[in-house]
Amino acid sequence: MLRFLASRLLLLVPTFIGISIVAFGFIRLLPGDPVLLMSGERSLPPERHEELLRQFGFDRPIWEQYFTYLWKLLQGDFGISFKTKAPVLNEFLTLFPATVELAFCAMLFAVIFGIPAGVVAAVRRGSVYDQSVMGTALVGYSMPIFWWGLLLIIFFSVTLQWTPVSGRIGLVYFFKPVTGFMLIDSLLSGQKGAFTSAVRHLILPTVVLGTIPLGVIARQTRSAMLEVLGDDYVRTARAKGLAPFRVIGIHALRNAMIPVITTIGLQVGTLLAGAILTETIFSWPGVGKWMIDAISRRDYPSVQSGLLLIAGVVMLVNLIVDLLYGLIDPRIRHGR
Amino acid sequence: MSDAAATVADTRKTGRMTLLTEFWRYFSENRGAVAGLAVFLFVVILAVFADVIAPHAPHEQYRDAFLKPPVWQVGGDYRFILGTDAVGRDILSRLIYGSRYSLFIGVIVVSISLTLGVTIGLFTGYFRGPLDNAVMRVMDVFLSFPSLLLALVLVALLGPSLTNAMIAIALIQQPHYVRLTRAAVMSEMVKDYVTAAKVSGVGRLRLMFVTILPNCMAPLIVQAALSFSTAILDAAALGFLGMGAQPPTPEWGTMLADSREFVTRAWWVVTMPGIAILVTVLAINLMGDGLRDALDPRLKRS
Repeated sequence: MLRFLASRLLLLVPTFIGISIVAFGFIRLLPGDPVLLMSGERSLPPERHEELLRQFGFDRPIWEQYFTYLWKLLQGDFGISFKTKAPVLNEFLTLFPATVELAFCAMLFAVIFGIPAGVVAAVRRGSVYDQSVMGTALVGYSMPIFWWGLLLIIFFSVTLQWTPVSGRIGLVYFFKPVTGFMLIDSLLSGQKGAFTSAVRHLILPTVVLGTIPLGVIARQTRSAMLEVLGDDYVRTARAKGLAPFRVIGIHALRNAMIPVITTIGLQVGTLLAGAILTETIFSWPGVGKWMIDAISRRDYPSVQSGLLLIAGVVMLVNLIVDLLYGLIDPRIRHGR
Repeated sequence: MSDAAATVADTRKTGRMTLLTEFWRYFSENRGAVAGLAVFLFVVILAVFADVIAPHAPHEQYRDAFLKPPVWQVGGDYRFILGTDAVGRDILSRLIYGSRYSLFIGVIVVSISLTLGVTIGLFTGYFRGPLDNAVMRVMDVFLSFPSLLLALVLVALLGPSLTNAMIAIALIQQPHYVRLTRAAVMSEMVKDYVTAAKVSGVGRLRLMFVTILPNCMAPLIVQAALSFSTAILDAAALGFLGMGAQPPTPEWGTMLADSREFVTRAWWVVTMPGIAILVTVLAINLMGDGLRDALDPRLKRS
């Protein structure tokens, strides 16, 4: 297992270097003077221009700039935001739990509904139920989620007034964040109604962000189940008279889970991309909305490090999925 | 002599015909795929004949009809079947013209990413070696960014416009083609017909593009269908975020972004463009499923 872990970690090094080159290169890819690009419409006096050029190190050779950048990254220095003048890493870390909370709930939603739906569809293959589940899954998979969010707001928030339109919690509640996860913090605060408020704020964004993964997971579970249901060991289990529930729920599902877990892992990138749209629609204060704001404000240090950090998160999740894979299926661990 | 030639041509023709009929037999077995194809053809016709079909010009503003509801609601007007937007433009006509943009986006993005990805994949899969390794690492880097995020940043760099959005989306989709092509080429390379072609002295480029590539097409066609729909969705998302087509272009995502502020007052301005996106993307995905069932023998339903 250790060797497996080491080989996986080693593979990450070139990818990480690549990601850092992309993040580093992105401002320098632009034709023209980086300082002018960053200052935008404002005009700078030549001395200030000179000073900024030196401050950001743009006057040195490009490879030296890159290594300085890398060195700073390794020390945890991700630059200073133009907008707030705060270290980008701090901003990212404050906002990141909001995105994690949303993404986690969305994935939970997708798994809780997607896996059973896929299993039953596979067991009753060809039935009306199967066809309607697969039809719904494909609709979910094809959904323009920014529109889906607006639609749910019109229906549940505006017409029925069941859920709030935006934010993470009602304005009447105020407490210091402890974990950054609103569901936990609202419970810890002990304020009456805070937790319900947090849940009500979370429902619509969760559904919106979970829609595409739900479709993907349901489809993937169905096809993985279909594959194992035809296998010999399932027939044996059936033949020795095990209850159908045990055969499907334990023997078949366990083996069908391997491709499903990969799918779940691969959905993390999709989730983070979806979070950009979902957070924008619901004014959810997470890293997705922060990135959009940074891009539209031309806050380049934030964009640059946001890109790097988000790609880093995706990379780490992929590593974890890979390791889980090795834990579940020993063939993979020893095969390489 | 000429008879023999005619027979050869004949069998070739029937050979191709059987392939097509076989394909159609598998494809038409999947009712969803046929429905998807029908809807897709309908959208294509709308896009081609938009000038004739659309009741109004897409930018024409009717000062007497701001935010008119659809015809079946109280206050609806038969001139504007799906209602009008905040500046009095006919939504139906804008949607019809919008289909041009969506299909155009799909075609351009798929052509660019397919050509680029297949060429790179073919070369790396054929030659292997350190270059292949390096290229695959670069593709890994591309794939470790959430696609929409990278597209957003690229567009922010290049400047928000439809052209730049298409370039960005194509760049992001191309690694999928590289991976697929490379894998397919590598599995074809060891087969006998390739060795035979090599022995008979076929040149490298001919071997790559004429001998091997046609046998790798099945997964690529399926991927092309999938990335066609993803391209439409991503472009609409970029338009929605203000980074794609710019108003007053009747692109569906941009129309949605335009009408966001009226979401509480006029449901139709928001609902209609979304339905157009969903229906088109769904139709293409249904077709993609049918293509996969018909083309990909590994995934063929037994």
